[in-house]
Amino acid sequence: MSQELFDRFIKCAVDALKVEPDQLTREARFKEDLDSDSLDFVELMMAVEDEFGIDPIDEKELEGITTFGQAFDLIITKL
Amino acid sequence: MSRVVLVTGGSRGIGLACARRFAALGDRVAVTYNSSPPPDGLFGVRCDVTDAAQVDAAFKEIEEKFGPVEILVSNAGITKDTLLLRMTEADFAAVVDANLTAAFRVVKRATQGMLRARKGRIILMSSVVGLLGSAGQANYAASKAGLVGFARSLARELGSRSITVNVVAPGPVETDMTAALGEDRLKELTSQVPLARMATADEIAGVVEFLAGPDAGYVTGAVIPVDGGLGMGH
Ligand SMILES: NC(=O)c1ccc[n+]([C@@H]2O[C@H](COP(=O)([O-])OP(=O)(O)OC[C@H]3O[C@@H](n4cnc5c(N)ncnc54)[C@H](OP(=O)(O)O)[C@@H]3O)[C@@H](O)[C@H]2O)c1
Repeated sequence: MSQELFDRFIKCAVDALKVEPDQLTREARFKEDLDSDSLDFVELMMAVEDEFGIDPIDEKELEGITTFGQAFDLIITKL
Repeated sequence: MSRVVLVTGGSRGIGLACARRFAALGDRVAVTYNSSPPPDGLFGVRCDVTDAAQVDAAFKEIEEKFGPVEILVSNAGITKDTLLLRMTEADFAAVVDANLTAAFRVVKRATQGMLRARKGRIILMSSVVGLLGSAGQANYAASKAGLVGFARSLARELGSRSITVNVVAPGPVETDMTAALGEDRLKELTSQVPLARMATADEIAGVVEFLAGPDAGYVTGAVIPVDGGLGMGH
């Protein structure tokens, strides 16, 4: 895992989810730990798509993603 | 407190009346128009609301000049009246595109900034006809009714971000749109209105001003009739 990419992902999340960087561990759960709802999650994905210049991610692929690390792993496959 | 306001279709009629009210309050007001530019003193942006690229460009221009839009009045609209049997699919689609899909385009673009700001006011201009129905206006009424379901869904989606979404449903208003109907049809229309007259554009704008203002902070998903009583019960 490239630290540089992860840092950019964190930057997006701090902005979109209004959380502190130190909350953003790979294990952090969106709902329980980061207090984010489905709209926050969509905002994060849009920010990430812009930041990394990737095509909009299909909603189906986002099903089952519950942690920050899982979301990052998915983004990595799109680069 | 100078707010950034966008009124689509603000060059004439109801939209212009809304823009004037916001300007009088000291807000920074942008209006979009399609063919006729607004009178002096208002920031006009040419934008055909049936074209997503033009909508995006208009928002960029407004954001550069004033900052992100805080109050959106989606008001641009058209009619192509005719009885169903004479109505072409093109007539139907054109009206739905300009009145309903255009609202989708501008609202979607406006929410980008509103979500970031965690606040916003969205006001959609429907019509009494949307819920009452009107012979010869099946396309128009369908588009105006569609705005209600659209607004109410968004009221649910965006409520947690302090964004309100409301619908205004005017009855007959003295504008170019109704002037096109002719004397006889207008007489017939007003004869059905309990208040027995048409509205002025400013009477509609007053309700829009209220929905955008601090007193309406807890109003969302509402359909506010401003119709002289024409639609009572609908
Ligand atoms: N008048 C009534 O009795 C009445 C009743 C109920 C509801 N309404 C609704 O209120 C709204 C305003 O009506 P109005 O009577 O003020 O109408 P109007 O006098 O005919 O003005 C319509 C406005 O919409 C703009 N517009 C139309 N098509 C457009 C497009 N494709 N892209 C961008 N702008 C476009 C026009 O721009 P241009 O000037 O550049 O053409 C104009 O500014 C409409 O949604 C209408 O359905 C009106």
